Amino acid sequence: MRHVLSVLVENEPGVLSRVAGLFSGRGFNIETLSVGPTLEKGVSFMTITTTGDEQIIEQIVKQLRKLITVIKVVDLTEMDAVKREMALIKVNAEDAKRAEILRIVDIFRCKVVDVGITELTIEVTGDEKKIKAIVNLLQRFGIKEFARTGTVALKRSMQL
Amino acid sequence: MGEWTGAQILLECLKQEGVEHIFGFPGGAVIDIYHEMPGFPFQHILVRHEQGAVHAADGYARSTGKPGVCLVTSGPGATNTVTGIATAYMDSIPLIVFTGQVPTPLIGNDAFQEVDIVGITRPCTKHNYLVKDVNDLARIVKEAFYIATTGRPGPVLIDLPKDVMQARTSNFDYPDKITMRSYNPNYLPNRKQVRKAAKLIAEAKKPLLYGGGGIISSSAYQEFTRLARRFNIPVTTTLMGLGAFPGNDELWLGMLGMHGTYAANMAVNDCDVLIAVGARFDDRVTGKIATFAPHARIIHIDIDPTSIRKNVSVDIPIVADCQNALKALEEELDKLDCDFEKQHGEWIKCVRQWAATHPLTYKESDKYIKPQMVVEKIYELTRGEAIITTEVGQNQMWAAQFYNYHYPRTFISSGGLGTMGYGFPAAIGAQLAHPEKLVIDIAGDGSIQMNIQELATAVSYDLPVKIVILNNGYLGMVRQWQELFYNRNYSATQLQKNPDFVKLAEGYGAQGFRVEKKEEVVPVLKEAFATKKTCIVDVWVEPEENVYPMVPAGASLTEMLLV
Repeated sequence: MRHVLSVLVENEPGVLSRVAGLFSGRGFNIETLSVGPTLEKGVSFMTITTTGDEQIIEQIVKQLRKLITVIKVVDLTEMDAVKREMALIKVNAEDAKRAEILRIVDIFRCKVVDVGITELTIEVTGDEKKIKAIVNLLQRFGIKEFARTGTVALKRSMQL
Repeated sequence: MGEWTGAQILLECLKQEGVEHIFGFPGGAVIDIYHEMPGFPFQHILVRHEQGAVHAADGYARSTGKPGVCLVTSGPGATNTVTGIATAYMDSIPLIVFTGQVPTPLIGNDAFQEVDIVGITRPCTKHNYLVKDVNDLARIVKEAFYIATTGRPGPVLIDLPKDVMQARTSNFDYPDKITMRSYNPNYLPNRKQVRKAAKLIAEAKKPLLYGGGGIISSSAYQEFTRLARRFNIPVTTTLMGLGAFPGNDELWLGMLGMHGTYAANMAVNDCDVLIAVGARFDDRVTGKIATFAPHARIIHIDIDPTSIRKNVSVDIPIVADCQNALKALEEELDKLDCDFEKQHGEWIKCVRQWAATHPLTYKESDKYIKPQMVVEKIYELTRGEAIITTEVGQNQMWAAQFYNYHYPRTFISSGGLGTMGYGFPAAIGAQLAHPEKLVIDIAGDGSIQMNIQELATAVSYDLPVKIVILNNGYLGMVRQWQELFYNRNYSATQLQKNPDFVKLAEGYGAQGFRVEKKEEVVPVLKEAFATKKTCIVDVWVEPEENVYPMVPAGASLTEMLLV
């Protein structure tokens, strides 16, 4: 099963390597990883998505906690959480197709962030499924380039 | 206070930590530190290879419980420590390893004797540091000692660039205390869990204590022994746990696992409650995991949460220091109204029966000296009062089986990593810490050659370490596997043209003895143990002797091959 872990770490050289090394050294799998600074100086926030059975996820969480530079680990999978990814999609958009593409952009509430004579670059934000859906729709026009972030996630204020 | 250089700060920190011995080998990147060393109140032990320095510091740490300290240069000096660090990491031994590094402006330039030792040792240290600013040095050293010695202990490496050692600062104060938001090991057990464990033990008919190295590192020998005796529970331990329980006690079943005793392995198979204390269910202990302790509910006490449910599922996990957990467990058991003498009586009878019908044994020979007999004689001559270190392989298993360990920190062996060449330098470290004790390395003719150069170290410091080589002319444990599972194809396991160990000892200024006849074993050992010199006793033993019992790799513990 897919799990989303939010990991608070000391922002110091080598911390990413410690986390990544833990996964590779113990045969765990990182699907996506996103890292950025927090508002607190010296602290970074990582969101890691990974897969494994219950026992493996338990080991991953414990092993992460054991790293000296890791401050906190939360498995967001069991909670209500807001999860978002962003993708930039450069798609073929000759005159005849352009209207159709713009309609899709509108329906998905995406943005056109760059325009060329024969192509458009679209910014889409959402959960994994939404990105998958728009990619499927745009594929028939021809996707020329594609860049995508990992998941970032926060626990929802109201846990229902 | 005036100004301090990085090198002076480093040594002052070590002084304040109470360090007595530093095991090391100098080089260009650490020459500033060596330059400042005279005048500081610790002894530097100059080894002959950096691997020897780390193992010696490790032997020092295992025999005392205090952290071992090493100092080596950059590049090859640093890479030579890796095996020693990994050995200590696997067995949770507190070490502080200082490595020299090229000056900070050169880092990353492929400078002379540059290596990314922090990157290399990341997976085999508890934590490691590169010091980039002399003003961080004291805090980092303090953190390193704190991290190495608390929680589940382990090695910590600090990489010291040459310019940081030369840099000056007036801002130096060695902190008394350290708090780290990201590192707070939990020492106290959850009482609710302990109560549940006590209840389970009280209901048990066939409980078994399975102890590991954690008992020794948390100094829980007395609590562990008392728990077993007061509540009448038989005891087995892992290799790392030898010495955690008196080897002559009636409740003692011997070691469990691949080369464990019949009684211990049968008891694991039959018990209804297994109480694991400071052990981690290693594959050499469990054999086939699916059939391990099939009838038991498992209580697992360990300070490291990752040890719990890593290999086996556990009914009652207790994350805590072993000593605290055992004390709490004793208190909770005291509250219960049970006659443990009576309740476990049948079970005790049963395990004693196993021990009586299948003791550790070997076939006598007229022609050959039996290696097991040599270990037995070492035990008889020292009455279990020596510190025994071992190399790795058959010598290690016989040393574990045929010598009864009565006290913690008297059996010193590379358990997790299985590092050949460990025992002799470890014996040097143990001897330095215990000048009054007899320290014996039980070795094989293969292993001893992996760090034989440390003879020069032992002789230089007048250390009366005794090396007893069980010389069978083979890499014996691999040969045993080849005999039993690889159709006797002795590929690359014959040690043809071994050196003359007696002459070799003499060449280094040590004393050498050879034993070729059975009746010479005792007198020669006696003579060697009585001298104040470093000794090699080269005992020619039966070449194709095997270690039994043996559970083939991947088999269940009950599928033992016996003598």
